[in-house]
Amino acid sequence: MEKIIEGRVLKLGDDIDTDSILPGRYLTLSEPEDLGKHVMEGYDLNYKDKIQEGDVIVAGSNFGCGSSREHAPIALKAAGIQAVVAKSFARIFYRNATNIGLALVEAPEGPDEINEEDIVELNLEEGTLKNETQDKEYTTTKLPEFMFEILENDGLINYLNKTRFE
Amino acid sequence: MSMTMSEKILARASNNKKVEAGEIVMADIDTAMVHDLTGPLTLQALDQINTDKVWDPEKIVIPFDHQVPADTLDAAANHQMLRKFVKEQGIENFYDVYEGVCHQVLPEKGHVLPGTVVVGSDSHTCTHGALGAFSTGIGSTDMAMVFATGQLWFKIPETLQFQINGELKENVTSKDVILNIIGQIGQDGARYKACEYAGETVEKMDMSDRMVLSNMAIECGGKTGLIAADRVTQNYLNGRTNKVYTPVTTDPDAPSLEVMDIDVSDLEPQVACPNYVDNVKPASEVEDVEVDQVFIGSCTNGRLKDLQQAAKVLKGKKIKKGVRTLVIPASRTIYKQALDQGLMDIFIDAGALICNPCCGPCLGGHVGLIGDGEVSLSTSNRNFKGRQGSPEGKVYLSSPIVAAESAITGHITAPEKN
Repeated sequence: MEKIIEGRVLKLGDDIDTDSILPGRYLTLSEPEDLGKHVMEGYDLNYKDKIQEGDVIVAGSNFGCGSSREHAPIALKAAGIQAVVAKSFARIFYRNATNIGLALVEAPEGPDEINEEDIVELNLEEGTLKNETQDKEYTTTKLPEFMFEILENDGLINYLNKTRFE
Repeated sequence: MSMTMSEKILARASNNKKVEAGEIVMADIDTAMVHDLTGPLTLQALDQINTDKVWDPEKIVIPFDHQVPADTLDAAANHQMLRKFVKEQGIENFYDVYEGVCHQVLPEKGHVLPGTVVVGSDSHTCTHGALGAFSTGIGSTDMAMVFATGQLWFKIPETLQFQINGELKENVTSKDVILNIIGQIGQDGARYKACEYAGETVEKMDMSDRMVLSNMAIECGGKTGLIAADRVTQNYLNGRTNKVYTPVTTDPDAPSLEVMDIDVSDLEPQVACPNYVDNVKPASEVEDVEVDQVFIGSCTNGRLKDLQQAAKVLKGKKIKKGVRTLVIPASRTIYKQALDQGLMDIFIDAGALICNPCCGPCLGGHVGLIGDGEVSLSTSNRNFKGRQGSPEGKVYLSSPIVAAESAITGHITAPEKN
């Protein structure tokens, strides 16, 4: 995973749940491209048309609450979302996204001031969030060391193969 | 050395004498569950791990419940893939499309024991905390790690203990208690914490009522929903398992313990209004809401006691014309018991539709989706936007008693006061 990510912002509010991100009726699908086609349909049937490759979602608190469905972060990644910045994340979603290599950044300050279509730069290693459009910078919380190790190995599977099944 | 229940369980499972909140440990898993919807991604991830065998086929449980019987070719293919895996790996604890909802089937078949670590790739795996297990929902890739190694990493959570006291009024249930709690603390009020339910009200509850509390721990962000094992737990496990287990309790002076006192003596029946589970109001305040569909069932409220409560309301009555009422027992065993007790006759005579044990409309999968502008009143656990079908539909949550009353009147209806 890239340690510096730059992208255009798509703005969402608090408590964006996994049913909004990928509704239950699509859970029989497994291929990322199939899941990506239905991203955010529980929230807005036409949301996908707004997404451009490399966009960054900036949201409020408790992003990803609800289901354990890994289909949700897979759909976001497949639809072209590079990273999600939120004030806080729900627990299972946080693990799932890390495991499949979707970058999540917890930024308690920032999401309120950032606007739709601003350009932001995330530095995963340094723990910073720059709003290039508004020329402002925020500090983000850093990943626990163990999770960073998983990301550095491009996900949990590679980490396991390297550490336990080599 | 004071610790909470979850700390004690995770300390034992990670071979530590003591663990502290915030610490990350690698813990041994006692029971691992996937179902028909999250199983396929687990197998895809497992395919990429350089190992051919699961760590212990006896500790894996696979029930099919979300898309049953298969309604699309995709669902059928997923079922086939999992059946093949079950056969190849020698997994005996496999429950095909007829057995019921995972969070009912696991305890019912004796797969959940006090003091153990249970993981499931379904967020409502926290339900099993009602039996005193550290039980939590995980994703499919995490589950692939469990299948391959028998272990998973956990950050030790702090504990938020709800001391629930007072006698519940007639027609007020554990569903009203948990909706009220979530309304008070908000849907991220226990984010990353272990919820624990204690106090005289909980001690008096049977296992069915306790599972409702634990089931909805995730709805306030909780990692699990623990209740200390006691005589009620022992009685429930009698005849379901011969295995030896070691229950644990929370030390009152554990450093990571936070206690919240809840008095339920004056509690009225509650309803969670769209589109947030913490948008909770007394049922009597939302009686003007007309309903198109009523759903009685799910891993929250599809147990025998729930069906008995609904049947008591519906006995000899007719459901209002135009209100589609779906009754879905949570398991085949419950279905049979409800038949034997004459409950199904009551539902059919009242005008309800009875479906096979499955998750039903709860997840907006393959049964009972709602359309634009329609209102569903559901005994399940989530009313997220789009949860039961159209994002333009609305979902309200209640107890089976309020759901049955509302099916008769056609609008949300609080049971009459004594």
